[in-house]
Amino acid sequence: MGLLSDPHCRRALSRLVVRLNTPLCVLSYVAGLGWFLAMALPPLAPRTYMSENAMGSTMVEEQFPHGERALAYARDFAAQKKKAGGIPVAWLEKTMWGLGLEVYKQPFARTLPFPDESRERYMVKGTNVYGILRAPRAASTESLVLSVPCSEGTQNSQAVGLMLALAAYFRGQIYWAKDIIFLVNEHDLLGMEAWLEAYHDVNVTEMQSSGTLGRAGAIQAAVALELSSDVVTSFDVAVEGLNGQLPNLDLVNLFHAFCQKNGLLCTIQGKLQRSDWDTLPAYAHSLQTLLLMVLKQGSGRPQGDHGLFLRYHIEAITVRGINSFRQYKYDMTTVGKTLEGMFRKLNNLLERLHQSYFFYLLPSLSRFVSIGVYMPAFGFLILVLVLKISLLGGGPRPGPRGLHALDLWMQLNKCEAASAERLWDGDQGAAHAVAEEPRPGLLALVPPLLVCHAAGLALYLLPVLGQRVATQHFPVSEAEAVVLTLIAIYVAGMALPHSAHRALPGGGSDRGWMTLKLLALLYLAAQLSCAALLNFSLGFLLAATMVPAAAAVRPTGPRLVLAALLVLSTPAVTLLLGIFLHRELEERPAGLAEGWQLFLQALAEGLLQHHLYGALPFPFLALLTYPCWLLLWNVLCWK
Amino acid sequence: MAAALSAAALLLGCCGAALASGVQDQAEQFFRSGHTNNWAVLVCTSRFWFNYRHVANTLSVYRSVKRLGIPDSHIVLMLADDMACNPRNPKPATVFSHKNMELNVYGDDVEVDYRSYEVTVENFLRVLTGRIPPSTPRSKRLLSDDRSNILIYMTGHGGNGFLKFQDSEEITNVELADAFEQMWQKRRYNELLFIIDTCQGASMYERFYSPNIMALASSQVGEDSLSHQPDLGIGVHLMDRYTFYVLEFLEEIHPASQTNMNDLFQVCPKSLCVSTPGHRTDLFQRDPQNVLITDFFGSVRKVEITTETISLDRDLAGFENELPKDELATEPLKYADQLPVAQIIHQKPKQKDWHPPGGFILGLWALIIMVFFKTYGIKHMKHIF
Repeated sequence: MGLLSDPHCRRALSRLVVRLNTPLCVLSYVAGLGWFLAMALPPLAPRTYMSENAMGSTMVEEQFPHGERALAYARDFAAQKKKAGGIPVAWLEKTMWGLGLEVYKQPFARTLPFPDESRERYMVKGTNVYGILRAPRAASTESLVLSVPCSEGTQNSQAVGLMLALAAYFRGQIYWAKDIIFLVNEHDLLGMEAWLEAYHDVNVTEMQSSGTLGRAGAIQAAVALELSSDVVTSFDVAVEGLNGQLPNLDLVNLFHAFCQKNGLLCTIQGKLQRSDWDTLPAYAHSLQTLLLMVLKQGSGRPQGDHGLFLRYHIEAITVRGINSFRQYKYDMTTVGKTLEGMFRKLNNLLERLHQSYFFYLLPSLSRFVSIGVYMPAFGFLILVLVLKISLLGGGPRPGPRGLHALDLWMQLNKCEAASAERLWDGDQGAAHAVAEEPRPGLLALVPPLLVCHAAGLALYLLPVLGQRVATQHFPVSEAEAVVLTLIAIYVAGMALPHSAHRALPGGGSDRGWMTLKLLALLYLAAQLSCAALLNFSLGFLLAATMVPAAAAVRPTGPRLVLAALLVLSTPAVTLLLGIFLHRELEERPAGLAEGWQLFLQALAEGLLQHHLYGALPFPFLALLTYPCWLLLWNVLCWK
Repeated sequence: MAAALSAAALLLGCCGAALASGVQDQAEQFFRSGHTNNWAVLVCTSRFWFNYRHVANTLSVYRSVKRLGIPDSHIVLMLADDMACNPRNPKPATVFSHKNMELNVYGDDVEVDYRSYEVTVENFLRVLTGRIPPSTPRSKRLLSDDRSNILIYMTGHGGNGFLKFQDSEEITNVELADAFEQMWQKRRYNELLFIIDTCQGASMYERFYSPNIMALASSQVGEDSLSHQPDLGIGVHLMDRYTFYVLEFLEEIHPASQTNMNDLFQVCPKSLCVSTPGHRTDLFQRDPQNVLITDFFGSVRKVEITTETISLDRDLAGFENELPKDELATEPLKYADQLPVAQIIHQKPKQKDWHPPGGFILGLWALIIMVFFKTYGIKHMKHIF
């Protein structure tokens, strides 16, 4: 007989689950965290390799000669930008035309839901300028994109210069099989979003823009370049995109391969690679890199202009040139050669990049952790919830006789259970049916659910809707009003159980809070699993913080301790702690006040990104995770 | 006087006989190999830019074969992709086989018979067996006869027992062996040389069972054939090792060279090729030592000038081509029976004379009668009889 269909085995299993529940939970949680920490070690993180056949092993000898020309273009661009006070559209158009590209411009406009204080903008108007290099002998069905952001001040003018020099060089070659689009976007992510929406003719956000005039076919890959100095000491690559989506690993491998070929120093998360793998400092280093990636991916913010391409199934990375105090510098020609090599390899592609991984974590540039290896860490955390759920669903019912009878499956087949009970515990059988406590009907759970979700809905809608009212009554700016309303509603939700209790019928039984906790745990497990599938880091971070509190919460016992634990596990506190950890890992630790300011900024940013680009962490946390946490808070405050 | 004259006449006769026998020997040598024309079927089965080397392989064999005398009308060249005009080719209209662009095997006068998506397993088998629709142009046909020596060269990606065509289909070694057997039965070749340059190429000739086939492969089962050298200007590997060394070997051959097959077997040792090339000669009737390279790679017209008269006997060469006699007796067909429609459309032919019912019918009736009597009892029999 099978393990689960044999009543003997079932009973033994359920007894095991019931008796050893807490040790198993603790063990599982520790295993999950331990697995996560072990992911930075070599056995779990193999070396990267190029999976795409078309981007094979042979590399060409790059011939890019125009390093000086790039710098000349950069100086021109900086001067023109200063004169125009924004993007010098006419100059860019004229220069690109002179290089032989087909030039188009796209004006766009957007009013933010509330003013963005970190970038000081509210009603944004801008223009994107792009030039298309047509492939001489191909049919213009596919294209590649090299995009450069036009930022404030003198930032990124060298990037524009290099882009123009590359365009001049590429124009003279005949081996292009795909068109190349050279894009200069204004207002970084806003301009990129406007361009992508117009290019693909969709309307995901409420961007107003005139449609693009020129198209070059389906975009196969994109590289976003940021360079603010004449020489670089290293190159940094950013992979995390919107909602934690990542480009195909082959693109990162391509970047790494070309860095090695040209002898460039390449970093990820701003950290250099170490050559030793067995030592403790090396392990700490790769763990730090891994944690940085997890934090960045979990925030759901695109870490560069490339982040918005991923939604359209276009693989993209951002490459940043960094000029630090190192001795050895690389000039523009080397950087240009690296980009030339990358584009020639991408030119050889026959189909979109799909051979390598789409879900991975990078403890360093040459090692990766694939989804099959990192999911068990999350699985162990969810196992804690499953153990608790099975305990609640079929654990001991504190009744007059203290029976330890029913497991979950028996609960489903009540009659069979009753008869089995009579077979086994003969004299208790008759009394067993009577000993069933009156369960509070599911209807009694509806009020807490409704109230919690209403709080979540209020958290989602009210800050932006109510900012006008708030600014009228309080002396704050709109952005502050939004953030403070957010925090106010969040904290006010914690007071709800005390007032909602009087309305609950039959809520005074133990059965009640157990059923509510069961529901809350099921809800939490489902949410976190869905989150982890799309954005592993978000799911894992939430699970690591919320699971212990969720498993341990109960109205009896040390209430203050449990309350403190529950408050510490709330998503807002996770965000705050995450910010501190992030700054710590970047080796510029933040003080309390600075940390609080960053926290407020992060809240505002999360809201803005949701409204501007469709980022999902904010609605997920507000509409799903926060109500679930409130349910657990209800359980804690059960009377 | 008469004696001297007779002696002189005798001497002259002897000399003439000697000379005649010398020319006779030479004439015998003429027909040693037994073939009168040469064909070549050169197939490249892979497409895409990163398989540049397979096209270069095929074109280099094409070049050698043409140089040694086989005309385009006798070459069927099948290339699955166009590398020379690929947008990624930095030197359009060229296909190089040596790095630094030393040797352009595409040339000015290449004639591709089956190009791009026409290179399929079906087309390849139809070319070999001759089952071609009547509308096929002459350049796409293999019009060989029983005195043709055919060179078949195939390259691409292969595995144990199969060769991949164009990323969508495969030809197995069994299919290939059967195609060759069809060719033998239709007397479409005199001798056949099969060369294959793929990974695990030796598996493709394991199943051959028709006579007069010699086969060479670039690697054994379980080994990969490796590519030779990349070109840093073009960005791809230009040739496979085995064909690269075969090409170097063939560049030394000229139409009059006497190099034999044993030298071809030595062409790419393991030290150069990394894989172990293999060959198979058990189906071949002649000794490879006596087989010239130009018997297959070139189309050599032997010309000897003599002023003597030679009488050619039927069995001059000493090379008997034993054609198995057809077992089916062919009687002259009358007009009405030349197309056996009844057999084609599966009609029952009209019985000219009555045949007694066969065993099956008898058995069936016996069964029915037995069942009848079992059911109703034997006592009813008296009602019948």
